[in-house]
Amino acid sequence: MAELSVQEIIKPENLVYQKTKLMTDKALSYCPGCGHGTAHRITMEVIEELGKENDTIGIAPVGCSVLAYEFMNVDMQEASHGRAPAVATAIKRLWPNKVVFSYQGDGDLAAIGTAETIHACNRGENIVMIFINNGIYGMTGGQMAPTTMIGMKTSTSPFGRDVALHGHPLKITELVAQLPGTRFVTRHSVHTPAAARKTKRAIKKAFEAQIAGVQGTAFIEIVSNCNSGWKMTPIDSNNWMAENMFPFYPIGDIKVDGKLIEK
Amino acid sequence: MGELKLMKGNEALAEAAIRAGADGYFGYPITPQSEVIEYLMAEKPWERTGMVVLQAESEVASINMLYGGGGTGKKVMTSSSSPGISLMQEGISYLAGAEIPCVVVNVVRGGPGLGDIQPSQSDYFQSVKGGGHGDYRLPTLAPSSVQEMSDFVPVAFDLAFKYRTPVLIVSDGLIGQMMEKVELFDPIPRWTDEEIVEMHPWATNGKPKGGERRIMTSLYLDPHVLEEHNYKLQRKYAEITKNEVRYELLDAEDADYLFVAYGSSSRIAQKSVKLAREKGIKVGLLRIISLWPFASEIINEFTEKGIKGFLSVEMSAGQMVEDIKLAVNGRTKVEHFGRLGGVIHSPEEVLEALEQKLIGG
Repeated sequence: MAELSVQEIIKPENLVYQKTKLMTDKALSYCPGCGHGTAHRITMEVIEELGKENDTIGIAPVGCSVLAYEFMNVDMQEASHGRAPAVATAIKRLWPNKVVFSYQGDGDLAAIGTAETIHACNRGENIVMIFINNGIYGMTGGQMAPTTMIGMKTSTSPFGRDVALHGHPLKITELVAQLPGTRFVTRHSVHTPAAARKTKRAIKKAFEAQIAGVQGTAFIEIVSNCNSGWKMTPIDSNNWMAENMFPFYPIGDIKVDGKLIEK
Repeated sequence: MGELKLMKGNEALAEAAIRAGADGYFGYPITPQSEVIEYLMAEKPWERTGMVVLQAESEVASINMLYGGGGTGKKVMTSSSSPGISLMQEGISYLAGAEIPCVVVNVVRGGPGLGDIQPSQSDYFQSVKGGGHGDYRLPTLAPSSVQEMSDFVPVAFDLAFKYRTPVLIVSDGLIGQMMEKVELFDPIPRWTDEEIVEMHPWATNGKPKGGERRIMTSLYLDPHVLEEHNYKLQRKYAEITKNEVRYELLDAEDADYLFVAYGSSSRIAQKSVKLAREKGIKVGLLRIISLWPFASEIINEFTEKGIKGFLSVEMSAGQMVEDIKLAVNGRTKVEHFGRLGGVIHSPEEVLEALEQKLIGG
């Protein structure tokens, strides 16, 4: 095979991959190895592929992804801590033909914002909710999250999460799946190219239903790593996640077309 | 002449929201203002004008729904009463920081805490001195009749969009619950989506084709950038202070003394003026309509003209009286009178306070 020169490689006809134009050129604020960047990218790729660049409004949370609006190149609102589903509710009801999604972490969605999460899902708001669960408060420096695993050490559970002291990790995704308002509830990860492709297909399916006007909330959990918060290398953190988190937060569809999946 | 109706203040407010071309109302029931959402749900404005009405899961959700809706350039409104407004303060701060227009109505009840459900004016500090965190101000209108519960809604929306700011309407349980004749204004059509896109290029309702994306945020991590943002807000507040002071004078031309009051207290003070005049006491009334920006200049003018004293009449322990004192700056007497905890003062009590605290004092 003849070697291509750099000039030839960058010719448009030789390009095999490019960054979606719906990600800005700003350097991501995430730690190297974190899953947020991949989750952002596949979400924006879906919006671009669906041709909804000019009809989408996204809601950023408070947490590591507080600056999501710096990276996602669509109209964005930065919500107060936990309230993204309420913000998204109003936008979708006032602009029913627009595409509306929220993007939240575990502290935002499953602790301070539990009421907004449950009620938006229970009303069946026709929005896509993307939920990044890395079992820790990354931005504030590694405190315990509602989804922190039992025994897991964080700065506010320095001896490991103890149920008697801290309570149980919250499976909010299984919880919202029980609500009649949710249409599509699924759990994925982005730690391998194959997993990221599956997650992207789920995100696309969720947005396609919203665009088609199929009523009901789409809720996509992405179990992700926090290598800095967990104090591991990126590879070790992904291995730890697969070994320890996937058994408790199993990957796969929980509810499809409004019907719970029999396990 | 517009349509005449006998209505509760809360109902007039709800009807005015529909007629003002509001796009959305988001609220949570609380006494003494639940008639607002009850009226809207019974009236089904989505069939009349296309207006969205939603009962939220909490006041926290309601105010954040205003953030979402107002951030897309739509006319959105909520109403609540004191404890609910306290819950909204974080959201109001974010709305002020992100410069999102909306209208928030407080039908004030007695506090602190759960307090009671009777009329009070003890939320003045919360309304005009910040309420939430950070350096911000809210244009604040105080209706004193059912008529004004209706009339002030379109005024509040105009201010909200003119200055890109949340606007407060501060009423109380008396104005909210009592029935009076009201002349309803002719309906203002809702803006079309195309008009909103055209009129509010800052709003996040879908990135313009070939244009830049818009962002609604109150986050500025660089302190120098946040300082600039704050200076911009302060310039806006200076502009509002210059343009939007609202007040009304009654029997003030020859007055030796002035009652200063707003809302329900101003209705009571009107009667006190009449009683005083019958006794030969030359007293007038300065009715404050905009709690912020405050009518400091007219108070200064009366002080310069040699008025003998001001009596602030409020159903509180004395909150607005501090702003009167700031305007007077020690040049004449300023006193306060008011009942607390939801007790409404009588016109006679107010006159007696004038005689004891200012004339005899």
